[in-house]
Amino acid sequence: MVAAPVAEASSLRVRDLSKSFASADGAGPRRLALDGVSLSVAAGELVSLIGPSGCGKSTLLRLLAGLDVPDAGELLIGGDPITAPSEERGLVFQDPNLFPWLTVRRNIEAGLVARGVLHEKRAEVDEFMRLVGLETFADSYPHHLSGGMAQRAALARALINHPKVLLLDEPLGALDAFTRMRMQDEVLRLWQARGTTMLLVTHDIDEAIYMSDRIVIMTPRPGRIEQIIAVPLTRPRDRSSHEFLQLRGNILELLHFAGDASAGAAV
Amino acid sequence: MLQSEAGPRRPEINQARPDATLADVSAETEPRRWRTWLPVPVATAMCLGVHWFVSDKEPAPETRSYFVFVWSVLGVALVMAAAQTQLPRLRRWMRHAGPIFAAALLMLAAWELITSGFRWLPLPYFPGPAGVFQSLINDHVLLFDSTWHSLVLLLSGYAMGVVAGFISGVCIGWSNPIRYWGMPVLKIIGPIPATAWIPLAMVVSPNALFSAAALIALAVWFPVTMLTASGISNTRASYLDVARTLGARRAYLIFRVAIPAALPSIFIGLFMGLGASFLTLVVAETVGVKSGLGWYVSWAQGWAEYGKVYAALVIMAAFFSTIMTLLFKVRDRVLVWQKGVIKW
Repeated sequence: MVAAPVAEASSLRVRDLSKSFASADGAGPRRLALDGVSLSVAAGELVSLIGPSGCGKSTLLRLLAGLDVPDAGELLIGGDPITAPSEERGLVFQDPNLFPWLTVRRNIEAGLVARGVLHEKRAEVDEFMRLVGLETFADSYPHHLSGGMAQRAALARALINHPKVLLLDEPLGALDAFTRMRMQDEVLRLWQARGTTMLLVTHDIDEAIYMSDRIVIMTPRPGRIEQIIAVPLTRPRDRSSHEFLQLRGNILELLHFAGDASAGAAV
Repeated sequence: MLQSEAGPRRPEINQARPDATLADVSAETEPRRWRTWLPVPVATAMCLGVHWFVSDKEPAPETRSYFVFVWSVLGVALVMAAAQTQLPRLRRWMRHAGPIFAAALLMLAAWELITSGFRWLPLPYFPGPAGVFQSLINDHVLLFDSTWHSLVLLLSGYAMGVVAGFISGVCIGWSNPIRYWGMPVLKIIGPIPATAWIPLAMVVSPNALFSAAALIALAVWFPVTMLTASGISNTRASYLDVARTLGARRAYLIFRVAIPAALPSIFIGLFMGLGASFLTLVVAETVGVKSGLGWYVSWAQGWAEYGKVYAALVIMAAFFSTIMTLLFKVRDRVLVWQKGVIKW
């Protein structure tokens, strides 16, 4: 594959990040979603965040997107602090969240319209629709799309702004196993074509190993980084190779161990 | 597919069209042929029979136009019965609409039998269909004029109410401070039926027409505000989050995310407002305004011309349901992106 163009990527840096939320009834103690999390992601790197639910991985992503404000700590993109949402940090959720009142084309254009640059960049819309293979669905409304197609449209919508970082919050979580594996290749292709820094939240260990350069394993209550594992395998990766399975075994063990430990601590 | 060859025979409808709705499925079952064209002519013939049977009790000029009307219905029904053999689209429509038209004609016959025929209901309060039809013909100029006045009043009041309701709804739905100060006002003022303001409106405004329009606007304003506000404030947070990560500023979030997302709810408000506007229109015309269908009804009642009262009611039914249908058409157009919207 062609080397990634660096212009479209930025590094991310998270230092001593803490975030807590009020308890559901508002009376109890605040729930600590993230407790002193530090993480560095190099420009153009693909890093997965994995861990049981409640470990704060989605919270971390929302903080990086600028949609929430941390209680303490620092969030930097390419050295600049993150204070508000911006088009340089795209976000894709598990639900594609396509605007149902817009056709696929208009959904993909949304970022250009929002920034008021549709006129100059109209040609790019077709380019991105081709990139995700949705040219023939340009005038369809989202409810006509399959789950995989909708998620591809959501990816194109996020990419049209040329974000320097793409934040993916379990983007393939709702897809069936086969569509999911196809989409993993699709995301990898986009990553390699664009060189964008990607941070992928997932609960699928295979997906994390198959896709990422490094895997960040998090533990819940409070959300902390347990361990960061580099994936030494070359791409394209073989999901049934010995190394792959061994790595998978290691992470499973780690997560089981981590789960037991935190359960013990909570009692 | 394989299964259907080996196994027991199944109805073929669902296999061929997995997204067929219940209505499609029932429309596709081929009914007996005569059901397509026979019901309307038969029902019309019964109308004629009843009319012929009862008409010797009534003076001839009172009933002639109804006679002509029913005859022309029979003529049209027979022409269509012949034409549908050649026109498949007409046939489909007739298969669907025939029974309901036939039922309406039978109701007409039953009405005539009960009123003019057996005289079970006291006159002049319950005239037969022939009398009502005659009133419709005789007074068509005034009826047309009244309908026109009602239309102008209704539309001006409705438009004002929708614009005001939309603006206040968006503000209340979007902005927390406005919601804090606005909601109590809405909660207290809103549920008062607009017609309860009539005494005040008569005092405040010298112009009855203007105050009637304002009352209609008030009646429309409340449901439109309420449902617009709830639609806006219930906009899925993730749509707003996505838009913000796409570089959207406030104007985009309000006009291109929150308002489109709220449209289904806004349309419910528009429908509720339309219903309220009909009610307010008729009441306002009955008590204050000296024109329109509401005025016509009370005027005709004053002269004990109940044929005219019913004629006006017939016009009102057609008038209001036409406007309702138009709003449904607009809704279907605007909300094409929504699946499973109710058809009118």
